[in-house]
Amino acid sequence: MKWTLLIVLSVAALIASVMLGPAAVPLADLLHSDIVWDLRMPRALLAFLVGGSLGVAGAGLQALVRNPLADPFLLGLSGGAGLGAVLAIALHLPGPWALPLAAFAGALAALALVYRLGLIGGAALDPRILLLGGVAVGAFAAAITTAIVSLADAAELRNAFLWLWGGLSGASWDAVLLIAVYAPIPLLVLLAAARPLDLLALGEEPASYLGADVEAVKRRVYLAASLLTAAAVAVSGVIGFVGLVVPHIARLTWGHRHRALLPAAFLGGGALLAIADTLARMVVAPRELPVGVVTALIGVPVFAFLLRRWTIA
Amino acid sequence: MLQLDDVTFRYPRASRNALSGVSLDVGHGQFHAVLGPNGSGKTTLVRVALGAVAPLVGRADVDGRAAVSWSKQELARRIGVVPQREDNLFPQRVRETVLLGRYPHLSLWGRERSEDRDAVDRALAACDVAHLADRWVWTLSGGEYQRVRVARALAQAPQLLVLDEPSMSLDLRHAMELFELVRGLVAQQGLGVLMITHDLNLAARFADAVLLLENGRAIAAGAPVDVLTQETVAAVFSWPVAIQMIEGRPQMLPLRKPKESRP
Repeated sequence: MKWTLLIVLSVAALIASVMLGPAAVPLADLLHSDIVWDLRMPRALLAFLVGGSLGVAGAGLQALVRNPLADPFLLGLSGGAGLGAVLAIALHLPGPWALPLAAFAGALAALALVYRLGLIGGAALDPRILLLGGVAVGAFAAAITTAIVSLADAAELRNAFLWLWGGLSGASWDAVLLIAVYAPIPLLVLLAAARPLDLLALGEEPASYLGADVEAVKRRVYLAASLLTAAAVAVSGVIGFVGLVVPHIARLTWGHRHRALLPAAFLGGGALLAIADTLARMVVAPRELPVGVVTALIGVPVFAFLLRRWTIA
Repeated sequence: MLQLDDVTFRYPRASRNALSGVSLDVGHGQFHAVLGPNGSGKTTLVRVALGAVAPLVGRADVDGRAAVSWSKQELARRIGVVPQREDNLFPQRVRETVLLGRYPHLSLWGRERSEDRDAVDRALAACDVAHLADRWVWTLSGGEYQRVRVARALAQAPQLLVLDEPSMSLDLRHAMELFELVRGLVAQQGLGVLMITHDLNLAARFADAVLLLENGRAIAAGAPVDVLTQETVAAVFSWPVAIQMIEGRPQMLPLRKPKESRP
């Protein structure tokens, strides 16, 4: 029953994204409209794929770092991506893919750095150091980013700022195709790690005595979740709270077994971001709010509610 | 099942050996207790026996093969471990947490089968926690939670059960019930049991064989009545004791220091 509702919600969110927009497109013309095919459909699909990826990455990371309040962007990836993007803007790198590629490269650099820090005790990845290292690397990257932005001119400044807060306005069928081909691999890796993640919730030692190859699981989950997040940031900027809040909402209905939680987090994250993006386009039409603003405005009250529930339980 | 032969082990960057020349043989239907003061190497012994670390000298085998050569999943199908500590991050019901014990038997993409649910039911019944199956784990008492953890290990359908200080925070009744439970499993299901415990008296009452460690060395091994003598216990634990026999088993009574040397 609950799966049916979730699927219906997801489809409804997608349809709403396609139907609603600043330019009124009559229902009859919907399937013939260029606006729908060239702008709204890729954008709706991209929002769904990115939101879904962030939801799953968030759920995986929360299990990995054993902290239910973890967000995919806590691991320094947003800082690295932001720095890459701002460098691309500041250096006037040419071509439509310069920005996403630079952001992806920045995220990967942050990932490698935090991973290296996480191995500080030897061959075993320490999740607490991953968190702390992520915060440190993120802060460092943000400082450099701010320095560059402070030296930039007004137009560049605004571009950088808007990109950092997330936006799906650059959505194209190329971007959709890219994510659709790229994302399934890390998503499958995370889904395959569903049972080991259930075991990891007991602690590393009990998990290994129940058959989990703890070191391999930690590595795979960290890399898969980070690569998903890096791709999401590259195509749509930093969209906060989806990865944090969606797993919690999913847990309320689906519990903690990751075999059900991860797919639910994917659909829930996809639906949420599609809805948030529709709001971002409609609320101040014909202008747009950055979608990261909308997710934060929705996400923070939801988060506060969840916090209260968490401390009660 | 477990064969440790003249095992020596030292942790990296440690100044002395954690284990020196220790041997142990645990087979089916045998209840072994490992005793010793804090820091004597009991937990290290279990880690080496289960292949979590490799011995520097000597062999640590499970069913004839080196413990470290077994995959974690293969080991988990044969050996159920109840470690000292567990820090369950997410709220769970008893049935769900015991079901985790079936994970070593599940294929990567396969679903839980009826045989898995049956194994969980049997484990719950064996540990007398079937009536708690739908309770949230955080609502259980310490004793109940401990029995649930044993049920989880039993759900693995193991041939050997390893328990690390299982009665540590249990009251008299729950500690006795736990030892009776383990003894019963050995008798009825032919399980092998390796237990680390500080409870010398309960170990002496229930175990078939006892291994006494001090500073990583095996001081004595064998039947409780042969190992736990007044001189040996007083020397190893650095405290005078008197021994009283109950049902053929030695029970240790720690003695107070003479009045003159009391503070």
